[in-house]
Amino acid sequence: MRLEIDIRSKSYTSANGKRQEVISGIAFALQRGEVGVVVGPSGCGKSTMLRILAGLDADYQGQVSRPEGARLAMVFQEPRLLPWRSVEENIRLAAPDVAEDRLAAIFGVLELEGHRSHFPGELSLGLARRVALARAFAVEPDFLILDEPLASLDDALAARLREEIAMLVASRPMITLLVTHSMDDAVRLGDRIFLLSPRPARLLHTMPIDVPRAQRSNDTVAAIKADLARLDFSVS
Amino acid sequence: MLRLLSFALLLATWWIAAAVAGSTKLPLPSAVLAAAITEAQSGALFLHLGATLARVTLAFTLSMALGSALGYLMGRSRLANRLGDPWLILLLNLPALVVIVLAYIWAGLTEVAAIAAIAINKLPTAVVTLREGARALDPSLDEMAKVFAFPRGRILRHVLLPQLAPYIAAAARSGLSLVWKIVLVAELLGRPNGIGFEIGVAFQLFDIPLLLAYSLSFAAVVLVIEAAIVQPFEQRASRWRLRAA
Repeated sequence: MRLEIDIRSKSYTSANGKRQEVISGIAFALQRGEVGVVVGPSGCGKSTMLRILAGLDADYQGQVSRPEGARLAMVFQEPRLLPWRSVEENIRLAAPDVAEDRLAAIFGVLELEGHRSHFPGELSLGLARRVALARAFAVEPDFLILDEPLASLDDALAARLREEIAMLVASRPMITLLVTHSMDDAVRLGDRIFLLSPRPARLLHTMPIDVPRAQRSNDTVAAIKADLARLDFSVS
Repeated sequence: MLRLLSFALLLATWWIAAAVAGSTKLPLPSAVLAAAITEAQSGALFLHLGATLARVTLAFTLSMALGSALGYLMGRSRLANRLGDPWLILLLNLPALVVIVLAYIWAGLTEVAAIAAIAINKLPTAVVTLREGARALDPSLDEMAKVFAFPRGRILRHVLLPQLAPYIAAAARSGLSLVWKIVLVAELLGRPNGIGFEIGVAFQLFDIPLLLAYSLSFAAVVLVIEAAIVQPFEQRASRWRLRAA
């Protein structure tokens, strides 16, 4: 099972009629069990790339071969829950076959047990993001896309959720693609890091991380971040 | 409680107005009640109420189903909107009387003609309301449903209908009042039974208590339908909102 991406160009017509190029060349491949992290300055076209990968946008030049019959799950930048369905219904609608014990385990890890019957409008943003994560993992995907799942959360909560994502990613073999602008998240979660240029996005550099996720100490993370900083100045 | 008070006030105003105007122009509430009881005892009231209600139900269901489908299509597809828009404007501005008279001329004084004419009158408002609803659908939820591969039925029931529910309720409410107004005209012009027919008879005999007895009986039925069906549906559809508008 393998994901191959070769987007040569993607442009759209803006409201004032001008043609704008968003992506000008991104190509990489991911294996099953691998976590790819895409890092780039904000507004560089990362989300556009994810929409193409998720099959939501077919208007581009290039090729994306998603693994045949792979189950897809995505955590969008916003939680995108159905406001008129309870937390549990939201998850069961996306993952109708999820077993009760599996669901209970996911709820346990993400500390959502007490919120099963709440409506999304009753949740804080942090909780709603956790529900979106729970939904993605309940699907038991073969291909998981995470679009800045930790943005706009406070550091402590982001760190905890990052641990939980690492745990869940380790719990089953799948292709994971994470988009973030936090180098910390990238280095702690990724197996390979893809650095993108400012818009129009171009793949600048691919950096593999050889140390297994569980063994990355704060020092290792700092060292890798220093390496990355030397590679590219346009990424903060 | 407040509703009862408001109702009592209306009744009192009626009583005083009747006393001032004289019973030939505006009969006392008691006279109207007596007329209603006589009609109810002979069974005529229920027969005519039933006939009108059946027409309202059929025409309402027909126009809501068709109007919702067309409105959704026109809100989602630019092509459908372009094709349908001239027709919609024509229908919206066509007087109810024209539709009814033409239907009776073309299809004869039949039940089908009456129901079709009522449905056609209500159809464009349902289309317009549902088109707005379809335009207001959240594209980010469409994408979510697509990514998680929701089947069609699940999208309809859990993604689309909850978003359209307030629009459907609004179309139902305004549509019901429109249908109730038009059904009487259709009955007056070409049906041998129904509230509209009876009101025509009462008008020719100048029997104001009879006229009011039939009108108010039907108004009461409409109120019951509103309170028992339309409002609970709206409340259920919006229970997920923390504070309903």
